[in-house]
Amino acid sequence: MAANDRGSVTVPAQLFQGGELEGNGGGTYLSCMATRTLQDKLAILSDAAKYDASCASSGTTRRDSRNGGIGSAGGSGICHAYTPDGRCISLLKILMTNFCIYDCAYCINRVSSNVERARFSPEEVVKLTLEFYRRNMIEGLFLSSGIIKSPDQTMGDMVRIARMLRVDHGFKGYIHLKTIPDASPDLVAEAGLYADRLSVNIELPQDASLRQLAPEKRPETIRAAMADVRLGREAAKERTHTGKRPPRFAPAGQSTQMIIGADAATDRDILRTSANLYSGYRLKRVYYSAFSPIPDSSAMLPLIKPPLMREHRLYQADWLMRFYGFEADEIGAAHPSGNLDLAIDPKLAWALAHRAHFPVDVIRATREQLLRVPGFGTRTVDRILAARRNGAVRYGDLLRMGAVMSKAQPFVTLPDWRPGALIDSDGLRARFAPAPEQLSLF
Amino acid sequence: MIRVDLPRFGRFDAWRAAARDLASARVAPEAVSWTDPDASADLFGSEPPPPPGHHPVTATQDFLTLARTVSSHSDPERWSLLYAALMRAQEDRGWLENPADPMLVRLNRMVRSVRRDIHKMHAFVRFHELPAEGPRRRFGAWFEPEHPIIEAGAPFFAKRFADMDWLIATPEGTARFDGAAIAYDPPAPRPDLPPDASHDLWQTYFANIFNPARIKTNAMRSEMPVKYWKNLPETRLIPEMLADAPRRVQAMREAGASEAPAFAPRITARIRQRPDEAVPDTLAQAASQAARCTRCDLCHAATQTVWGQGDPQAALMIVGEVPGDQEDLAGRPFVGPAGQLLRQTMQQAGLDPARAWLTNAVKHFRFTPRGKRRIHQTPDRSHVDQCRWWLDLERRLVAPRLTVALGATAAFALTGNRQPLTARRGTIETALEGGPVLISWHPSLILRLPPDRAPAALSELRADLSRAAELVA
Repeated sequence: MAANDRGSVTVPAQLFQGGELEGNGGGTYLSCMATRTLQDKLAILSDAAKYDASCASSGTTRRDSRNGGIGSAGGSGICHAYTPDGRCISLLKILMTNFCIYDCAYCINRVSSNVERARFSPEEVVKLTLEFYRRNMIEGLFLSSGIIKSPDQTMGDMVRIARMLRVDHGFKGYIHLKTIPDASPDLVAEAGLYADRLSVNIELPQDASLRQLAPEKRPETIRAAMADVRLGREAAKERTHTGKRPPRFAPAGQSTQMIIGADAATDRDILRTSANLYSGYRLKRVYYSAFSPIPDSSAMLPLIKPPLMREHRLYQADWLMRFYGFEADEIGAAHPSGNLDLAIDPKLAWALAHRAHFPVDVIRATREQLLRVPGFGTRTVDRILAARRNGAVRYGDLLRMGAVMSKAQPFVTLPDWRPGALIDSDGLRARFAPAPEQLSLF
Repeated sequence: MIRVDLPRFGRFDAWRAAARDLASARVAPEAVSWTDPDASADLFGSEPPPPPGHHPVTATQDFLTLARTVSSHSDPERWSLLYAALMRAQEDRGWLENPADPMLVRLNRMVRSVRRDIHKMHAFVRFHELPAEGPRRRFGAWFEPEHPIIEAGAPFFAKRFADMDWLIATPEGTARFDGAAIAYDPPAPRPDLPPDASHDLWQTYFANIFNPARIKTNAMRSEMPVKYWKNLPETRLIPEMLADAPRRVQAMREAGASEAPAFAPRITARIRQRPDEAVPDTLAQAASQAARCTRCDLCHAATQTVWGQGDPQAALMIVGEVPGDQEDLAGRPFVGPAGQLLRQTMQQAGLDPARAWLTNAVKHFRFTPRGKRRIHQTPDRSHVDQCRWWLDLERRLVAPRLTVALGATAAFALTGNRQPLTARRGTIETALEGGPVLISWHPSLILRLPPDRAPAALSELRADLSRAAELVA
């Protein structure tokens, strides 16, 4: 295995035999492309796709191949492998091409980068997807692309790939298409018929940073594309006057991604933007992607160490907004800087800043109150509520039901547990925060 | 001691039948020894089961689901544990409802372990293509689960890969599928699987989708436990990927920013939108400029500018307050519930909505997010002041003979008068820029009024619109 200076890695192994996958090379864009092997293209175009965090394959319609075709989907997704960066591989996540006419400073594929370029033919993408799928390596395809020629041309090619998989091959697995924001509504409407999920990346938490770092993109066009997906999904749920149900539209919903640490936005800004996106476009997920150094970087952005802990805290905060009834400003206001405490999780940080709400009496508290107790997850809370109907809940019961009592102790009272003065003690945060460590710069 | 021998496959159903009979005779759990096929002969258990008794035996669907899952656990005690649970449920239904019950906690832990193992089987089986013997493609895999889950895990593959023949061999036995049904064979030695070129492509993918700048090996190991690694083609690359990562990150740092190729600025110059500062001469120009408006801060949260819509030569212009949720999503004014009420009332008053120009005083939606909903907020004076530039431009370009202001915000935007609306409704005032402005209620107010007051307000709106129709006729 050898990594070239562009970052992509070639595995020197037996190349694909028989040329079955070497269909029409699609080399009309640049003639030199015709000489690349499928393995070379896969190396370049997966390397180019790795900055997209999403790999979800859950929550779509249930279907399988017993009545023809190949594949199944529905229910919880499956992660078929994990890379050492801790990310799951559920889908074949590739770019159709990394040629791009846009110049987004944070992106390795921007027009001003000298990265190696390649382009798959639609047939190659279809073959790779199906062959990996048949070997049980993936749940499906996550297809994205650089913008070539025009947004419509690019989106049209992506839709063609999805149509070939669904219609020509009866593929029942999962398809996630990255929508090109400026593409025509007809193409997006067709994409929604084949794809389980559509996504448009908001890219940066604030409009001003997007205008500066991605001058060809426009925040209002990105949001309008999300609005179109929401409206498309709602229209597909309404029966016509004859009682017929229209075809399903992106049944697994839409998601987006924000890059963290490339601009000066605080965590509160980021969470507010997320709250706006969740409420406006019914997003399933907002993904936070710690800005990561890229080969061939732009002078506009620093080559920083990716802020992985910040990313982690933002995911926790995002979870609190979606499942625990927290508002963005409640979490974001816990620290005057507007940033989350990196040493402790945001729920604990909120509890420490609102000690008057505690201790909570586990026997009498409402579901909403229990959800705010550090160390209690949503499932633990449901179990507590069920167990309460069968009698008093004691300390040992909470432990058995999965509560993290080391965290919850100071914040709850039970028939056999009183936190005493713990909740008011000055040293409470120190109990939870890890010992300070020397920060490394890179 | 009563001894029950369980078969290698179909074990749960065998246990269930035996347990039902034993429970109907109220045989105590301690008196039964359950034996798996590979278990060493039990020294104590030798008595055959007694004939079924007369006691009724019941089990809830939830318990059966739990028991079926627990039966795939590797713990040799699972059968007697399940039988004890069944017997206990005959006396006391409630204990299965209590998540704090220690026996249920133990069973649930087993359930989670089995489910996780099944899930990992669905994730980590890797098929190799085998030479085909007929029209169907053939695939084979070797997998080593933690629990005897082959019967629980295999049906997933039959549903997913119905159009191919496959076999999955495990130390507990082999599942084979030929398109019709899954057959289970007793354990056999690990099969020889031929090399498969797609596995090499898969390794290429695995190595390249990895970002060397973010190493999180704990997350990888907790989700892809090392015990499964030996049968995964990609995991043998991991040591080298990790070893090489610091060098690659260092190389990126040292290389730093690069020089853009010469063609790049030419391409971006062609597609980049030049800021258009000139005052627009047409409604179309104005609309495209307004789409990029950042005069106030509403544009950051709203989806898009909702520009006016209708007949550019309209004699009548109708101005509302601000786009709502639906208008913001669609990018068109008056398409939500209030808009529908307005359009309906206009038609009753003899006005064709398509022949008027419909717009709002403020062109971006203002809201507060509440979970999955956006709660409408009235715009501030500053928003109205900033957006008046567009409203005045719109009035200049459409040049209506009459403008109708719906609600206090529109009335203020047009006339600069902030007095309460009640006294002004139905009167004609003069706009700041000149021209008559008829003041009326906003349809969203009518939708919010209590049922005893709404009809009166609606007929006032209808009367005002009828009057507008006469004035522009």
